[in-house]
Amino acid sequence: MSAPAVTITGHRGLQHEEPLIFERDSPGMTGVDLPEPAPVNDRLGGLGRQGRIGLPGLSEPEVVRHYLRLSQKNYAIDAGMYPLGSCTMKHNPRLNEKMARLPGFAGVHPLQPVSTVQGALELIGATGHWLSVLTGMPAVAMSPAAGAHGELTGLMIIRAALEDRGDARKRVLVPESAHGTNPASAAACGYVVESIPANERGRVDLGALKAALGPDVAAFMLTNPNTCGLFESDIIEIAQAVHAAGAFFYCDGANFNAIVGRVRPADLGIDCMHINLHKTFSTPHGGGGPGSGPVVLSAALAPYAPVPYVVSDKNGFRLVESVEESDAKPFGRIKGFHGQVGMFVRALAYMMSLGSDGLRQVAEDAVLNANYLLASLKDTLSVPFEGPCMHEALFDDRFLKDTGVSTLDFAKAMIDEGFHPMTMYFPLVVHGALLMEPTETESKATLDTFIAMVRGLAERAKGGDADYFHGAPRLTPRRRLDETAAARNPILRWSPPAN
Amino acid sequence: MATIKYTKEHEWVRVEGDIGTVGITDHAQQQLGDLVFIELPAIGKKVAQGDEAAVIESVKAASEVYAPIGGEVVEVNAALGDDPAKVNADAMGGGWFFKIRIANPKELDALLDEASYQDLVGESH
Repeated sequence: MSAPAVTITGHRGLQHEEPLIFERDSPGMTGVDLPEPAPVNDRLGGLGRQGRIGLPGLSEPEVVRHYLRLSQKNYAIDAGMYPLGSCTMKHNPRLNEKMARLPGFAGVHPLQPVSTVQGALELIGATGHWLSVLTGMPAVAMSPAAGAHGELTGLMIIRAALEDRGDARKRVLVPESAHGTNPASAAACGYVVESIPANERGRVDLGALKAALGPDVAAFMLTNPNTCGLFESDIIEIAQAVHAAGAFFYCDGANFNAIVGRVRPADLGIDCMHINLHKTFSTPHGGGGPGSGPVVLSAALAPYAPVPYVVSDKNGFRLVESVEESDAKPFGRIKGFHGQVGMFVRALAYMMSLGSDGLRQVAEDAVLNANYLLASLKDTLSVPFEGPCMHEALFDDRFLKDTGVSTLDFAKAMIDEGFHPMTMYFPLVVHGALLMEPTETESKATLDTFIAMVRGLAERAKGGDADYFHGAPRLTPRRRLDETAAARNPILRWSPPAN
Repeated sequence: MATIKYTKEHEWVRVEGDIGTVGITDHAQQQLGDLVFIELPAIGKKVAQGDEAAVIESVKAASEVYAPIGGEVVEVNAALGDDPAKVNADAMGGGWFFKIRIANPKELDALLDEASYQDLVGESH
């Protein structure tokens, strides 16, 4: 492998080496030409700032180029396959964006008079109705702002329901394969968290669960399909055991993409489930836009859903904004205003454009794609649990045994090949996990390229070329970062160089 | 002669008189990778066997350190706060976490001896 070319400028072809915007500062340079402000008699008594405030001076083209170059270093689902397991990095249809930019939605303000936002309120109600129908659950709380926020909301609803029946409980049970947010949400809600082990098939150990259930258990939190990409086949019996103990059955809906349109969580005995609109329903992830985590609820939990919520009558739509004006028993409010309305527009656009048959095909194709990966890679990588899988394929690091290559090294080499690596070292139930979720929106051609790449790298690792992996990535703007130094001695703020 | 006992969660405790010195095993630090943050218990804190006593964060994961034995924390290795790398360098020695005045020495019987612990880590990977 030849070393990356050394250039006079430091740029690498059309990839520019870009300094911080503060390092581009030319004092006095500006992109706008404002008139000098009229002199004012300030009343700061000599305390006014004397020097520059330190904003960098740049012309408009310099600013445009700076941010464009930064954006070119970014990797996104719009740039290529992003098989990050448990994250459902699917294509975000442009139709969603077109709808969200309609002036009536884009310009709406949460403090507008209700009479002027009837369409937006109807949209909140319609999005909730779709989620209700798809999950078979009678009620939905729309305001949670993300998946983990939905978990917290669900647990607060469960706590309110238990306290209302005079039965405050102390413990929440969580499988060891759960997303880390599950125990964190339960702890944030004041519960003691207890971990339930997995069995040799990668599912919840039903015996251990039954042994841990008791009169002080408030809820069991399950992800289905779970983070091993497996359907929890004992789920009906799990629901019965949880309910027999007087506890509620919480489902982490992060992996709903695998079953949407095919399985209604209500039919599995689930009382409460958050839905990540930014996963299953194709709204942007993370930096691409705010998340949104509506929570669907069984009839037993519905009265405790937080305000605000939308109701309609002959006079149109309105919001129930406070506990006092509610005729149910809301536990309170979980977020300012009404939730991520812009995300509801996108999710509803997605649901309406696909229809119920299209959503069913989403789940089918997501599962098909993951099984194609599993079948194509299982003889090259190592598989901890017998397939078939659901929407994601889990591998462990036994195939790297004695190669000197770790899961991390393997992932870094994938970056040089032009792919975002899969989720690694999660779930914790297998050693050196590699969790791949292709989603339904990748074509067979892309999957075949990905498979050929992974097989090639695995052969290279097994062939003894550990140095290649330890040196990866080679083709990125920065090579392997020193994560330890970054965590031990973080530099969180730019400071001007000393003169 | 001090006795060293181990937990299945990869803590060790070295017992001298009624004082137990607690740390994480070399196997644990290898699996965790470079440690970047350690939160130690307050001196005087009383813990039961198996209670969470410290929190560690590595480049890979955050985990709890459980008290291998119940009692009162009498001393902590404050140097770890500035230099968590001590644990990676010398987990069984200079990288100790805290000392505890053992409330009930009988609890030691529930822990693993050196040979059983080596069996445990040998078979898991």
